[in-house]
Amino acid sequence: MINGRSEMSIIRMFHVYRYYGKKKALIDINLDVYKNEVLFLSGPSGAGKTTLLKLLYLGESVSEGQVIVDGINLSRISFKRIPALRRKFGIIFQDYKLIRTKTVFENVALVLEAAGRKSRLLEKKVNSVLRIVGMEDKRDLFPPSLSGGEQQRVAVARAVVGDPKIILADEPTGSLDSESAGIVFDLLKRFHTRGATVIIATHDKHLITQAGARVVYLNNGYLQTHTNI
Amino acid sequence: MIIFFRRAVQDILRNKILNVITVITIALSIIIIGSFAIFIINTNDILDSWKQCARIMVYLRPDISKNEIPGIKQKIIGIYGVKSARFIAKDEALSLLRNKMKRQAAILDNLRKNPLPDAFEIEMTPSCTDKRKIESIVTMIESLPFVDDLEYGQKWIGQFADIMRLFRLAGFAVGGLFFIASVFIVANTMRLVLYSRREEVEIMRLVGATERFIKIPFFIEGIIQGILGGITGVVVLYIAFVFISSNLSQGILTGFLSLRFFHFKVLCSIILCSMFVGWLGCFLSFINFKKI
Ligand SMILES: Nc1ncnc2c1ncn2[C@@H]1O[C@H](COP(=O)(O)OP(=O)(O)O)[C@@H](O)[C@H]1O
Ligand SMILES: [Mg+2]
Repeated sequence: MINGRSEMSIIRMFHVYRYYGKKKALIDINLDVYKNEVLFLSGPSGAGKTTLLKLLYLGESVSEGQVIVDGINLSRISFKRIPALRRKFGIIFQDYKLIRTKTVFENVALVLEAAGRKSRLLEKKVNSVLRIVGMEDKRDLFPPSLSGGEQQRVAVARAVVGDPKIILADEPTGSLDSESAGIVFDLLKRFHTRGATVIIATHDKHLITQAGARVVYLNNGYLQTHTNI
Repeated sequence: MIIFFRRAVQDILRNKILNVITVITIALSIIIIGSFAIFIINTNDILDSWKQCARIMVYLRPDISKNEIPGIKQKIIGIYGVKSARFIAKDEALSLLRNKMKRQAAILDNLRKNPLPDAFEIEMTPSCTDKRKIESIVTMIESLPFVDDLEYGQKWIGQFADIMRLFRLAGFAVGGLFFIASVFIVANTMRLVLYSRREEVEIMRLVGATERFIKIPFFIEGIIQGILGGITGVVVLYIAFVFISSNLSQGILTGFLSLRFFHFKVLCSIILCSMFVGWLGCFLSFINFKKI
């Protein structure tokens, strides 16, 4: 798997398998993701997209194979360094995963607090990110009182607030109307131009053709790396 | 640290019901253990005060003459363990009796001769108030030639003391049991709290929060709950104590005893203890919590 672009890869996967009991969710995955690219991970639901993303931030671990993220071999990482690994990522979860007992502001600020940022800069930073996603005036509301699209935008804000190296977006436009989906995608592109690597798992063909970025295709746990579908 | 503290206080305010349950649990255990302890302290006090009034009455033979009295007094005081001996002449005894009987005192007027004997009232040194020492003093006095009869209340006080010792032992055992039980109840309540917040903990882990960052506010919460529970328990105990002791002293026990509440140091250690219970409950509930 050694090729000329390896030093430009921020993520490398070698012969990765993931089983759930007898079910093979991922089979012999080999993938390089390059620094500062936008990569679409497409495929029908149940293909293994979410599972592949989880392997990157150790939400799950591989059954076989190797994953390297930003020079770190995940099979050798110590328990103590997992939080630091996760802070390299900004993750937009398929189900948002907002804390329902904390306000919009607190949900976003949590990332910075966990990273040990100073609280005076923190408030400014969180407010500016909330302004970008258009949720500034709802900063003191709790997630259950927000619409799906609004929760999605809070999730985006939380994913980008810590200036992560890699942004993972799992069906970021999944439950949104096309207008909101456009807004979310524009936001992701905006953070991409600031230097982040962006991986978007989606089955939204419209979004993919519109974007004109590299696409890999997952089907039944197998990965196909052709550029157009 | 300030961030952690703010988060802890916020979390308490947002999970009011569960927090109130935890605080009440801690307070209840303190009330139960505390009332045991107060009961034991005070029965001990009562016993001590009874021991202090433990006296031996020595009745002299009727044929003893007045000028022998100082010599007899010397002999009695010479016995080891005797603190003082007060001579009560039979006339004095009769007038005391007359006073006590009040209206029925007329009966005494019909007596031609004073039937009461001369007597000594003996008080013992405080170190000699246990059952065996008193009995040895009693046998020594009984063997003196001028003694006719002798009376002392120590027999039943001694038995009472034995029962009290048993009681105190049982008190410690029950108190210990309640302590362990309350730690477990608090741990379980905390686990309930944590269970209701496992999603929050999971999300914090996913966004890269360290274990320290996640757990410290929980521990602060546990300690705050412990303090609140401790204070609540102590306050309720005190109110109940004031209520009961004022009722008691209006009743049969007037002037006989003053009931005692905990010493300030003890109060502080109770609250420290409940703080520790809060912390321990938190610690126990983090064991067998999913790691990643
Ligand atoms: N925790 C799990 N336990 C068992 N099976 C799972 C689990 N997570 C995912 N799977 C299975 O793995 C396959 C891939 O799931 P997923 O990665 O969620 O697909 P996608 O995100 O592409 O829709 C599915 O067949 C799913 O049923
Ligand atoms: Mg999925």
